[in-house]
Amino acid sequence: MFLAWTAGGWLIGGASPVPAKPEPPLPRVLRWANDAEGGAPYIFHPADQPNRLVGFEVELAEALCQRLGCESRFVQYNWSNLIPGLRQGGNFDIVIAALERTPENLAQVAMSRPYFTFGQQLITRAQDSGVGSLTNLTGRRVGVLASTLSHRLASRQPGLEVRVYDENVNYFRDLELGRIDAVLTDSPIAAVQLRDHPTLRRAGPPFAPAHYAIAVPLESRHLLTRIDAALGDLIGDGTLERIYRRYALWDADQAKLATWKPEPPETDTLKPAQPLDLATRTAPQPTHAGHIPDIPGNPGTGSRSPLRYLPILLEAAGTTLWVTLASMTLAVGWGLVLALVRLHGSRIWRWAAMAYVEVFRGTPLLLQLYFIYFGLAQQWGWTLSAGAAAVLTLGLNYAANEAENFRAGLEAVPRGQTEAALALGLSPLQTVRRIVLPQALRISLPGLTNDLIALFKDSSIVSVIGLVELTKEFLIRSLDAGDYLGLGVLTAAIYFAMGHTASLAARALERRLRT
Amino acid sequence: MIEIHGLKKRFGAVSVLDGIDHRQAAGEVVALIGPSGCGKSTFLRCLNWLETPDSGSIRLGEVRIDAGTPSASDPSLRQRLRRHTGMIFQQFHLFPHKTALENVMEAPVQVDRRPPPEARDLAMGLLSKVGLADRAHHRPSQLSGGQQQRVAIARALAMKPKVLLCDEPTSALDPELRSEVLAVLRTLASEGMTLLLVTHELAFARDIAHRIVFVEGGRVVESGPAPEVLDHPRHPRLREFLGNSPSAQTFGADRSAKRPS
Repeated sequence: MFLAWTAGGWLIGGASPVPAKPEPPLPRVLRWANDAEGGAPYIFHPADQPNRLVGFEVELAEALCQRLGCESRFVQYNWSNLIPGLRQGGNFDIVIAALERTPENLAQVAMSRPYFTFGQQLITRAQDSGVGSLTNLTGRRVGVLASTLSHRLASRQPGLEVRVYDENVNYFRDLELGRIDAVLTDSPIAAVQLRDHPTLRRAGPPFAPAHYAIAVPLESRHLLTRIDAALGDLIGDGTLERIYRRYALWDADQAKLATWKPEPPETDTLKPAQPLDLATRTAPQPTHAGHIPDIPGNPGTGSRSPLRYLPILLEAAGTTLWVTLASMTLAVGWGLVLALVRLHGSRIWRWAAMAYVEVFRGTPLLLQLYFIYFGLAQQWGWTLSAGAAAVLTLGLNYAANEAENFRAGLEAVPRGQTEAALALGLSPLQTVRRIVLPQALRISLPGLTNDLIALFKDSSIVSVIGLVELTKEFLIRSLDAGDYLGLGVLTAAIYFAMGHTASLAARALERRLRT
Repeated sequence: MIEIHGLKKRFGAVSVLDGIDHRQAAGEVVALIGPSGCGKSTFLRCLNWLETPDSGSIRLGEVRIDAGTPSASDPSLRQRLRRHTGMIFQQFHLFPHKTALENVMEAPVQVDRRPPPEARDLAMGLLSKVGLADRAHHRPSQLSGGQQQRVAIARALAMKPKVLLCDEPTSALDPELRSEVLAVLRTLASEGMTLLLVTHELAFARDIAHRIVFVEGGRVVESGPAPEVLDHPRHPRLREFLGNSPSAQTFGADRSAKRPS
């Protein structure tokens, strides 16, 4: 912040007596975030090359980094959390992920000049002739992507039943299946999906033009200045056009990006008083209507075997594995402490342990994860890495369950065992550690095993804070490949293998503890 | 060697021990008899502080604790008391996750910090003494009740206690298994071990006890040499107790009895 201010002062002030400080250097590696889940033509893995990441935003990011002289590094992040993730800092430097340049977003992050102009496109089933625009959809179901401009526009239109999705592909499936009646989405998505779904059609021309822009943290003004300059270069020298043409996205609107001026026209489209259909008059005619030529790696080309995703899924399973094992270790250790305190502590400690268990069991895991990852950073500046927050949350949450498992086990050991040990002269601590605990553990073990297997599956929740574990990888890849069944079976098999190994190990341990 | 003075204990409104005095010399064998719920088990459990008496004093050798004073809440004093007493429970209470040998070795290694090989030799010797050297590596679940109780006796002896407290040691056993446990106790008595036992086996009590103490209502009602107390009871309550189906009392009418309340 301080550096940005002084740099700004130096640039504006020119010959002012402020001691000249050099502009802060750009990072050697520029980390840009996006969500690879369901992102053609923005960001996706070609179905025949699962290890390659392509899309016009990927190529834009790479060209931009090259222009800035930085190494480009992609960071996978859950789309709906990109802005809080950016504000929190530490995970990535900028966001290139179809973030709209709207007042809502500008209030939270700084945004570059636009790199893409898009419109809102309403799509419906080809044989459904009754749908022409948002205004004649009263009482019908419209699918939108969560927290997008489409979402806000649809919510503002009275009488619509809005269905909110959290990625870009499944609402087209639901539209085909008749679960919803229309989809309101950004024009680039519409173009790709119309090509893949011949049973769908446009309902009216695109409207409510808006811009995608690159987001940086509010305090990184210096970075924004550099990005704006680099973007201007890319537009000026035709690099942007070359990239967009590869994805059939170049049109007259994109050509106008070169002369874009920062003014507040973006707010116009959001004025509730303005009838939405009026916007269609000023909206550009789509030049990429109809058939889209070959986008690299369309779904449907290349090998169809889901096995080609096995190495990628196994790598993600590695994340699932370490998150699960680390969390369970924490949960077992902390749960045991809680159980012992609850049974043997003084009254106030007993009460505290009980309250802990009730609170963590009685509130949603997702809420706890957000609290620990975003809440602690926001309130007290405790910025945990995604991995640490994931393990801490799952560990603290499962500790409540394990405390109850241990308590049941400890209480099931007959009182006579304790008396016999004390009568021999063992200290209370030795009695618990050597006599009661080993017997309690055997009683608690089936419950612990159960929770470990549940945790393998529950750990998928950590994808909301940017960890790509097995389920998230499955979601990304199944959308790329358009194959839910094959990849689903493969993913399920990996989960099963991990869970089953855990239960075999537990059974072996149980045999060893048998009395 | 044992000196108990004015021991009192209440459970809620019920006075279980109502001022018990007891003295016992080293090598003396004393049997406590009395009806169920008379307080004799509670008395025994107060001696190693498994129950905390409300008042009175306990002296065992050099260790003395006065109930209701700061010394009573001193864990190290309590530990020393337990270190010098062995206890045999009606339900054996062997550690089920350890073998017979490990059960016997546990306290010497953990409490006395003896090296495991030394403790192992000690434990094997004691298992031989109770006739179970060949069962050393069996878990309690693989042993009969009589064998389990003999392991429990070996486990208590491993700490070389000054007194062995036996709380109805044969009540949970079938008649045919009692004799093996009684034989071991008889041997111990003949070797000069100080024994304080709660029992319903009047014939056995007559056989090995130097003295019999009849407890009722939390008080010592009558006390004296076995033949005198059993054959010429003076107190009417004792006469009633002995007259009330002594055979049933001897042969396990009380087998399923829980700890007195």
